[in-house]
Amino acid sequence: MYKLSNFLLACLFALSVNAQDNAGLKLPTGFSATLFADQIGTARHIAINDKGVLFAKLNNANKAGQSIVRMEDANGDGIAEKITGWGKYGGTGIYVKGNQLYASSDDAVYLYQLDANGEVTNPTSPKTIIQNLHSRRQHASKSITLDPKGNIYVNIGAYSNACQEKDRSVGSKGMMPCPILDSAGGIWKFDGTKENQSYAEGKRYATGLRNVIGLDWNNTTNSLFVTQHGRDQLNTFYPTMYTDAQNADLPAETMYEMKEGDDAGWPYVYYDPFQKKKILSPEYGGDGKLEGGKNALDPLVAFPAHMAPMALLFYKGNQFPAKYKEGAFIAFHGSWNRAPLPQEGYFVAFVPFKNGKPAGEWEIFANGFAGADNNKSPRGAKARPCGLAEGPDGSLYVSDDSKGAIFKISFKK
Amino acid sequence: MQTMQFKIVSLIMFALFYCVQADAQNMQKGKKIYETRCLACHQADGGGVPNMNAPLDAASNVVGKDIARLVRIIRYGYNERIALDGFYYSNAMTASPDLKDNELADLLTYIRNSWSNKASAITVAQVQAAKKKK
Ligand code: HEC
Repeated sequence: MYKLSNFLLACLFALSVNAQDNAGLKLPTGFSATLFADQIGTARHIAINDKGVLFAKLNNANKAGQSIVRMEDANGDGIAEKITGWGKYGGTGIYVKGNQLYASSDDAVYLYQLDANGEVTNPTSPKTIIQNLHSRRQHASKSITLDPKGNIYVNIGAYSNACQEKDRSVGSKGMMPCPILDSAGGIWKFDGTKENQSYAEGKRYATGLRNVIGLDWNNTTNSLFVTQHGRDQLNTFYPTMYTDAQNADLPAETMYEMKEGDDAGWPYVYYDPFQKKKILSPEYGGDGKLEGGKNALDPLVAFPAHMAPMALLFYKGNQFPAKYKEGAFIAFHGSWNRAPLPQEGYFVAFVPFKNGKPAGEWEIFANGFAGADNNKSPRGAKARPCGLAEGPDGSLYVSDDSKGAIFKISFKK
Repeated sequence: MQTMQFKIVSLIMFALFYCVQADAQNMQKGKKIYETRCLACHQADGGGVPNMNAPLDAASNVVGKDIARLVRIIRYGYNERIALDGFYYSNAMTASPDLKDNELADLLTYIRNSWSNKASAITVAQVQAAKKKK
């Protein structure tokens, strides 16, 4: 009898540990997570079709020689059992619209056709929608999203930290005007159906954005929202103006609503979340207090510095509790430029929205990606959140580009 | 004879002690330079940032024999995006053209003997020879 009860207890314990394990993530009450896939490669952005087939764009081709990975969970246990892939080029952006799949390299955007089962029909002969975009190492990844009319928005990141004459060099001044902005440091808009477009056929939609990786179309406001990676290394280049501790907190990572023609102010200003002001960059004569950027946008949301927002997703589904409806999820890769102070991020955050406007403070939604020891060193982190997708049932998928894990987060009523 | 032996042994002991001491001092000086100029990107654990800043810990080039290349990278910065131990890094490394030969030697000694790295210390003479190589 004693033995049996012990055995039952052990079983119960094993069950509860399993249920509570949540693939190692810490989630709000009522949410659970499964490891949907693991070790698929450097999974950057992810997209899902209306049958729940998930696609990931890899930064580099994986061991199987694939750079777009297709994952299907036919038995619905929260774990993909059929994993295939195609493509050879690395990249970040991926977007599914009906039976069409867009994927980006660091200088182009390609369009694939999917069949009724979500299988690609032209894996080696996609249409080239956009080509010859600047890809100059820094901030080269091209994130993409579409509006309901079928226009495609592409981030072209600035190949620079603060538009210095000599990038990331002590004492080098900011160039005036910043020559990078004519062809990078903003969002470009193209026709999602036309082939072989480049700068001449596209249009600079918004500017003054150092590097955007997370972007999403908001259906409530019918407008584009983006998250920017703020500049690095204020303390390294201006040690008399900024301490290590100040650099760890400056500038804010920012979210903007970008309408056509908008300017977010890079490289001339950065956003200081404590003074709640746009501060003139030291490369342009700033001293940490002087304001600038009269015509530049103020951010809608300011997050702690250097956490690196990698993906933005407005939640449309009904599975999650009402407070999440239309709100924004943001995947934070985790910082490196807070050193020597402890790193931050490595989580998925949530910002509630009402009528297309932030309606409350941001909060941590899913945490624990860095791993149990939680030392949060960029190399040591177990997972680094990078992409987000919402399944047809309202579950949230999170990709990790370090070891290639995909997490599926669901809410049980 | 006994005293002679004693003298030799103590001389060796002293020399050894002096070397270790000098090494420790060089390591300490190298660490200081690392913390002010390199740590932001290469991190306290020498692990760098995946895809962005190359790791120095367990990096074959860092503990390797091509000292001239290491000196060149530190003095002129580095932004070539070639594969380093099979991975690519996107950031542009800051140049440190103002470091003196003894500082370069200390810094190299430090990065070659920190974290899991174990390689020969670098002398000022080696730095000077490396600079001549171009
Ligand atoms: C702004 C960030 C940054 C700073 C500051 C920086 N580095 Fe680097 N370092 C890099 C990047 C990025 C690479 C790889 C560049 C590439 O692949 O083109 C690199 C590469 C290297 C390499 C070559 C590694 C290999 O495997 O061949 C060495 C050695 C190195 N750095 C040492 C240093 C030292 C020493 C300092 C301080 C004096 C320093 N770095 C400061 C970013 C930085």
